[in-house]
Amino acid sequence: MLGKKNRQPAEIPSSSMSDIAFLLLIFFLLVSNVDTDKGIGVVLPPPGDSEIKLNPKNITMVLVNAKGDVLFNDQVIPVEQVSQRARELESINPNMVFSVQTDRKTKYQDYIDVVDQLTAANVKKLALIGTQQ
Amino acid sequence: MAIKKKSKAKTGIPTASMSDIIFMLLIFFMAATTLKTVEGLKVSLPRARSIAKLDTPKQSVLYVFIDRTGRISIQDKLLNAEEVTGVIYPLRRSDNLLTISLRADQETQMGIVSDVQNQLRDASALKVNYSAKPK
Repeated sequence: MLGKKNRQPAEIPSSSMSDIAFLLLIFFLLVSNVDTDKGIGVVLPPPGDSEIKLNPKNITMVLVNAKGDVLFNDQVIPVEQVSQRARELESINPNMVFSVQTDRKTKYQDYIDVVDQLTAANVKKLALIGTQQ
Repeated sequence: MAIKKKSKAKTGIPTASMSDIIFMLLIFFMAATTLKTVEGLKVSLPRARSIAKLDTPKQSVLYVFIDRTGRISIQDKLLNAEEVTGVIYPLRRSDNLLTISLRADQETQMGIVSDVQNQLRDASALKVNYSAKPK
């Protein structure tokens, strides 16, 4: 007879399975970068140089120079105080628009610091525009 | 005489369920991995406190890289500042939700960033996210 004598149960060898799984796990751990794209969301003003007529007393100028100094309504203040000052101004006048302007040589980090401070103060009207020569 | 401990309980870590746990983790990371990493320029992002997660779906996010020397890269192509509108406008036309993730280096000068922003305005891509790392 040609009948098979070998009646061993056909099992997948599982002793090395966890090793293989470990290896794959480590591979994917190293390869994966769980994308956390975090940042400060802003909305740019629409195109065109359409000057929007604003009451000058509703505008707060925030200027940042090349060295990172902040001029807030013609007063030099430390960047950490921007948030607090903005909050005060906005509680007085909810229509306040904050216009952030920088020098062309200002570092991006200094600009982000100011925007960060204004975002922290829940400023709704932010005009992030431009550079001054 | 010292008191001898009689208890000979085994102190091994139970390993029976280990492979299950590992498999679970494996499947999680396999699912969470995106093998195509975001290409672009090497930038060290600025640091900020009040940052939030980007809420736009991934396929509507366009990365704009600006490195510290002022080079601009969109979709793995180096561009001049004046070319940005031309690249972005068609994308903006086909996708209303398009959000620009601006990944600029912390040392970048604002001049070039501002030029890019003006180009984005011209392309009506107004939703911008300044990528930043937590402080």
